[in-house]
Amino acid sequence: MTVNSATTTPTLPGTGTVRLAAESVSLAYDDRVVVRDLDLELTDGSFTAVVGPNGCGKSTLLRALGRLLRPVSGQVLLDGRAIARTPTREVARVLGLLPQTPVAPEGLTVGDLVARGRHPHQSWLRQWSRDDEAAVAEALTWTDMADLADRPVDELSGGQRQRAWISMALAQGTDLLLLDEPTTYLDLSHQIDVLELVARLHAERGRTVVVVLHDLNLAARYAQRLVAMDDGALVASGTPAEVLTEQLLADVFDLEARIVPDPVAGTPMVVPVRRLR
Amino acid sequence: MTTTERVGRPGGTVVRVGPVSGRVRWRQVAVPLGAAVAVVLLSAVSLGRGDFPIGLTDVLRALVGLGEQTQRFIVLELRAPRIAVGALVGLALGVAGALFQTSARNPLASPDVLGITQGASVGAVAAIVLGGTASGIGVPLAALLGALGTGLLLLLLAWRAGIDGYRLVLVGIALWAVAAALVDWLLTRAEIYDAASAYVWITGSLNARTWSEAVPLLVALAVLLPAALACSRVLGVVQFGDDTARGLGVRLVPTQAVVVLVAVGLTAAAVAAAGPIAYVALVVPQVAIRLTGGSRPPLLASGLLGAALVVGADLLTRTVLPQALPVGVLTAAVGAPYLLWLLVRGRRRSTL
Repeated sequence: MTVNSATTTPTLPGTGTVRLAAESVSLAYDDRVVVRDLDLELTDGSFTAVVGPNGCGKSTLLRALGRLLRPVSGQVLLDGRAIARTPTREVARVLGLLPQTPVAPEGLTVGDLVARGRHPHQSWLRQWSRDDEAAVAEALTWTDMADLADRPVDELSGGQRQRAWISMALAQGTDLLLLDEPTTYLDLSHQIDVLELVARLHAERGRTVVVVLHDLNLAARYAQRLVAMDDGALVASGTPAEVLTEQLLADVFDLEARIVPDPVAGTPMVVPVRRLR
Repeated sequence: MTTTERVGRPGGTVVRVGPVSGRVRWRQVAVPLGAAVAVVLLSAVSLGRGDFPIGLTDVLRALVGLGEQTQRFIVLELRAPRIAVGALVGLALGVAGALFQTSARNPLASPDVLGITQGASVGAVAAIVLGGTASGIGVPLAALLGALGTGLLLLLLAWRAGIDGYRLVLVGIALWAVAAALVDWLLTRAEIYDAASAYVWITGSLNARTWSEAVPLLVALAVLLPAALACSRVLGVVQFGDDTARGLGVRLVPTQAVVVLVAVGLTAAAVAAAGPIAYVALVVPQVAIRLTGGSRPPLLASGLLGAALVVGADLLTRTVLPQALPVGVLTAAVGAPYLLWLLVRGRRRSTL
């Protein structure tokens, strides 16, 4: 079902408990309002993809959900508590985020990068506990990066680099994971590789995942729920089949398109016809 | 209970003592250790060398208060404070440079480039030129205030809900230009003798340094060095982008403010004691990062290498070179080519 205004708060499936919620959140950079009065609830164990045209505010929303941007009005709740008033460190133990195209300092090895994911669990005295070591070793193995642990991150290919960052987020050991366009600049097979990894994090490790994605077909295939945004507002939320309609593509993306079932996964697949207007 | 084990990844030897745990890499221990040994050796040689050479046994006797009075005076009152100031200044500048470069994520961010040492020059030259006679008490204080003032101005002007490294460097270069113009203006209207003594000061010199310069510097370092080292762990995360660092639980704004203030304080204390000894803060952290092989300038190694460079350069200017040059001339002449050599030889880019 398509929700055409932000008046109803869409609840996403999962075990039911709301982990992360935006309550009539408005977001702005200086004076430019990017997101207006948006409500969203993300339940435990859900896998949500946020889609929308360039500049619709989806990355901005993700930054607010991750406490990187303070709303000008409204609030973000993490486990029922205002995230703005929760210490950064506490947030970082529950919620991990991967910015768009993160940059690793030159010379940093994959192992060290992943080890930095343990920062919120460490203190000045306790810099490398057995838990840290186990978490990092497991994250490296799980993402298939163990053999590359001694390689500098800047020498890796784009796909490997993204795996390294996901490995860091995994080592951070958070229940929630926010990813901002993790497939940017990757070729199709590496896009699939990264999304398979994220899907496994969700399915096998029970992570609650929110991912901003540009590719609607990939979003429909991997996410349980799509949230569509346009011009700073939430315009649709539901299963991929509910959200990806020909009408929505026309309204939000100015795109005339046919929706056919994905021959592999059965999820809706967008076949573009032409740009409207 | 101590457990030491060697793990394959991520590299380093794990050390755990009760609730305390950490990882140690041999190069990150060996480099500062080697630099510390170099500082001690260079200082020992330096104590005996100069216009009036003193043998090692006599130096040792003088240090414990024995021996001839002339020798005691030369070692304890002339050479020891000079060497101590040199070592402490090198330490402070090396650590300050490493702090700036890491928090700004830019190897250009050093107190030389950011105008802080130039700001100290404005203070010192103003005190010398406008105050008439260059009194030993007024100039260091004026330099200290000049450096602190410029540092705070830099922080205020570069601040936009946190510090952006690129903006910090641009604002710093602008401040540097203003301060350089002020120094030039002061020098053109100065008496010739004042101008000459101001000129020696702005090159950075250890000439005629006494315990009255060494002791305040030591006090400043006793406060600021532990503060800097306490920031070391968090700097490893700060050097990622802002979003990544905050995502890992770093309170970025207060952290960056503290780091920059500590770096400004270290620079100001060093410059007040010996003038702006050139390029130590710019070059030494970059040398240290290449020697230790990490991903960011190591604080302690940068400090100790800085100390070795300044003490060594001072020794050379006093002994090998025909004219007694200000030490700042030599640190620039030695440090910059060494960095160039490392840059040409290594595959690392010039960025952090």
